[in-house]
Amino acid sequence: MSTPVSPPPLVVPPAAGPVPVAGSAESRPLWKLILSPLSSLRLTVILLTFSVLVVFFGTLAQTDDGLYLAQNRYFRSWFSTWSPITEGWRWIVIPLPGGYLLGTLLLVNLVAAHATRFKFTWKKSGILLSHLGVVLLLVGQLFTDMLARESRMTFSEGEWRNYSEDFAASELAILSDAPGDQMTEVVAIPEGLLRAGGVVHHDRLPFTVRISQWMPNSEPIFRAPRATNGPPQASSPVSKHFDFLSVAETHKMDEKNIPTVVIELTDNGGKSLGIWALSVWSGEPAMAKSARTSWYKRFNRGDTSGDDSQARMMAGQLYAFLTEAQTVTVNNRAYTLTLRPRRYDQPFTLQLLKTTHEIYRGTDIPKNFQSRVLIDHPARGERREVNIYMNNPLRYGGLTYFQYQMGRDEFFSTPVAHSVLQVVQNPSWLTPYIGCALVAGGLLVQFGIHLVLFVRRRVAP
Amino acid sequence: MKKYLPWILCAAFAAWFLSTLPAPGDKGLAWGGLAQVPVVNGGRHQPFESLARNALVQIRDRYSHYDLAEERTVPAVEWLAEVLFDSERASRRKVFRVDHPDLISLLKLPLKNDSKDPALREDGKHYSWGQIVTEENVASLQRESERVAGKDASHQDAFDQAVRKLSSALSLYNALQSTARPRDVRDYGQFLSQFSRSLDSGATLRETLRAKYAGKEIPKDNSDPLLRIGGQVLVGADRESETGERSTLKIPLLLPPDGTEDWSRINTRLVGIRGGEPLPRSLLAWAHLGDAFVARDTNRFNAELRDYRDWMQSTFPSELSHANHEVFFNRMAPFYAAMTIYVVALLLALAYWFSFDSWLRESSFALVGLAFAIHTVGLIYRMVLQGRPPVTNLYSSAIFIGWGAIVLGMVLERFWRNAIGLVVGSFLGFVTLVIAHNLALDGDTMEMMRAVLDTNFWLATHVVIVTLGYASTYVAGFLAIVYVVRGVFTKGLDLATRRAMARMVYGIICFATLFSFTGTVLGGIWADQSWGRFWGWDAKENGALIIVLWNALILHARWGGLVRERGIMNLAIAGNIVTSWSWFGVNMLGVGLHSYGFLNGAFQTLLYFVLSQLALIALGCLPLKWWRSFGEHSTDTIAPNAPTAGKPPLRPVRSVA
Repeated sequence: MSTPVSPPPLVVPPAAGPVPVAGSAESRPLWKLILSPLSSLRLTVILLTFSVLVVFFGTLAQTDDGLYLAQNRYFRSWFSTWSPITEGWRWIVIPLPGGYLLGTLLLVNLVAAHATRFKFTWKKSGILLSHLGVVLLLVGQLFTDMLARESRMTFSEGEWRNYSEDFAASELAILSDAPGDQMTEVVAIPEGLLRAGGVVHHDRLPFTVRISQWMPNSEPIFRAPRATNGPPQASSPVSKHFDFLSVAETHKMDEKNIPTVVIELTDNGGKSLGIWALSVWSGEPAMAKSARTSWYKRFNRGDTSGDDSQARMMAGQLYAFLTEAQTVTVNNRAYTLTLRPRRYDQPFTLQLLKTTHEIYRGTDIPKNFQSRVLIDHPARGERREVNIYMNNPLRYGGLTYFQYQMGRDEFFSTPVAHSVLQVVQNPSWLTPYIGCALVAGGLLVQFGIHLVLFVRRRVAP
Repeated sequence: MKKYLPWILCAAFAAWFLSTLPAPGDKGLAWGGLAQVPVVNGGRHQPFESLARNALVQIRDRYSHYDLAEERTVPAVEWLAEVLFDSERASRRKVFRVDHPDLISLLKLPLKNDSKDPALREDGKHYSWGQIVTEENVASLQRESERVAGKDASHQDAFDQAVRKLSSALSLYNALQSTARPRDVRDYGQFLSQFSRSLDSGATLRETLRAKYAGKEIPKDNSDPLLRIGGQVLVGADRESETGERSTLKIPLLLPPDGTEDWSRINTRLVGIRGGEPLPRSLLAWAHLGDAFVARDTNRFNAELRDYRDWMQSTFPSELSHANHEVFFNRMAPFYAAMTIYVVALLLALAYWFSFDSWLRESSFALVGLAFAIHTVGLIYRMVLQGRPPVTNLYSSAIFIGWGAIVLGMVLERFWRNAIGLVVGSFLGFVTLVIAHNLALDGDTMEMMRAVLDTNFWLATHVVIVTLGYASTYVAGFLAIVYVVRGVFTKGLDLATRRAMARMVYGIICFATLFSFTGTVLGGIWADQSWGRFWGWDAKENGALIIVLWNALILHARWGGLVRERGIMNLAIAGNIVTSWSWFGVNMLGVGLHSYGFLNGAFQTLLYFVLSQLALIALGCLPLKWWRSFGEHSTDTIAPNAPTAGKPPLRPVRSVA
């Protein structure tokens, strides 16, 4: 930078308005004194600069970490660091503030600025309005982060569901028929406890659960009758036919982790009831079915006879082994054990009536996916049909159902279509709408005033 | 005389543009007529010509083919007719562009050769199907393709990409070869009548075969025409099927729905024909056209074509008229014309800065106006043809960014009359159209919209507004470049110009903030509508967010007095980097739901652009005494707290010079 001949004054008074004289600080209330350093535009610019950096590095990291991990690491955090993914450059470590920290500071900065120095005039009404919108967006995003829950509902045509499933978290469900009642009693152990290991007791269970192994991601290996087979992993029925092998966790957008847990049950006398290997491969119908389809395709590969009944039978047999109920009987009551995606119950059912998958003629470019669904809500006496398709979700009972994916189970000679709905619960979903309207309106007002003044000034002379 | 020069120039360029509009007459074969015949490809109705152009550009990077041996330019329509009807002749055309030297040597292709004998000439870049597709080459290409397919896209090098490009060009060509008839059939009319005759009355091909051969030994000697012809039809239908293993072969649909519900491909249609039923009118027309072409019978070809078009006119008037309009659009090439005129306007405006002769500025303004009118016509014509808002893909975003930049440039010019708006507008108009031209090399630019994007409401709001945000951020950035370059290298940046430019940049950044913010949040609302997540930190969303943050940063830094004139200019130049990252950079990451194009070749271009912008920022940071516009007067320069745009800062300003 140049050195001006006459050094500019350190403090230039603003063009208009009363000028606070040095030393007048005592006359200001204490809260203003505390807030004023937090209210500076310099802090705003610094925070915006860091925001740009965090968003940039958080985007770069997605190539390696995948969307979810990168999101948690850079945006849903207080601090983070970024390193290049290329070998030989990993020693570079850039420390960064996290999204929560930046969001909080920006919020504090904005509120402090308005509290301490911003004076309302009509000429500045636009700024006020858009800042209000920014506050709403920041707070709304925080609420969404805390309160929103995304899950999925997977069903084939004709099937119904009164729950949706988490696509990341699983649970160990222990089901039993409650005596003298038609209801099923469920004790669900959340994934957090399974990961932590150790022993789990529950008053309603006549046994304790000891977690011996947790595999975040696993693969089923068929125990073909071979001499090389080691002893089975567990004493549960599924282990006669399958070993579950731990594999590396995936972070890719289009892949999912399929966990397995190995547990030992002991009765209240301390006697072992056996060891169970429980996997989401068995507990989530969609996973078991996809395994069946891929076995069927493998058995049928290279077959030119056109007769696939053998392959279908073998795959069907493996599927039966994989999904066999894993039960334990204690005090004459049968308990079924299953590791399944975490469930969120809802007080109504949806039945998938029909799926429509349109493509543009002569291509495989999807044109539309549509699910026709029957809503059955006895408590409200409601029973009606509705279409859910792209860009047209169903909002019902505080939940929103979006058309997410569609597929066909090729295992059957007439493939069965299934639909996956994304189920979102977000009580604060309206805040960005209002926030956006405020900011856009505020900017429009503000720049409109500028523009009008500018044009008038140019026309005047 | 000088007074009339702007009008004369404008009239001359307008005349040049209009002269390209009338259709050239056909002397021999009626190529112009064939060009307009409607077909369906990629899910949309289009003229035969668009199919030909978009295929050729993917194979050869050009919309026509210059043939070394014949020493003439072969139009796309003629080339496609050869591929469809006369594969033998087509397989000698050197249309496959192969650039990578390793790939040329792997396939043992001939090097450049300026032989006197035209038939022996080679340009070392373009090769024919016959030269490339030998048994040995097919095996090596297969091997290489499999190796490349196993590689993550971000790890592919130039050779891998050359392999991928050639493989996809070959497979496209292969699909085209079996579009109108089986590849080696010379007389398709005869083939079809034999086919009709060999069907049992009332039975389809499959039923006839089953009735004749069920449980019997199938003779191997090809003596039965039913087996020979039926076999070819069944193999063809299998290739055409969309669910089959070979569904990557996207064969165009030639036959309009006469007797069927929808457009169809020839073999699929034949499989549904029953014995005794007449063959579809359209199928016969394509067969006879092809046979006349093979026999080089111009009169018969033209007569068949006329008949078919007359029939289309009476049966499918709207498809035919849509195709005619698209052919007209292809010929008009409005973006190419606008691009050319923008360059001339740019040069005139630059010349004005050196001579300050007002006819230069006025001519430039007139030409920018003319080019803008052509640009707008093209934009609207495309929207009508496609039935969509202006921006549907990366290609159209480039065209629209250019358009938005021109609007802003002309508005600036109306206010300040110093040719700065013209220079920035015409430069951005030209560059974005060049970018669009290069993006069009990937094939059809009017492809159908995938399910989630198939909504005109959000395309018209979110996409259009966010694209205007890009355009205005670029305009601010290029204004800043003009400031720095003129200030450092010329004496032209006087106080008045500087003040004017500071206001321009400030005003445009305000616009950019408004557009990029609104556009980005509308995108969030769209996402909330389609998958229930207002903000997903998707790469494209983040790119747009960075633009918003950057513009907000510039405004706050200015309001806080943290930067002054030069600082704002440097930040605005950095805005070019930020915008290019969002527009192209994030697509190269290959992550996220939004990334609609992987452009590795473009990565280097982006990198050079970023480096050039950094160099300009460094230039902008030079001490003022090295700026020619300031020179030894460097001290009287940018006054402390120069009133950049008449708005008092929000708080006492600390000088940070």
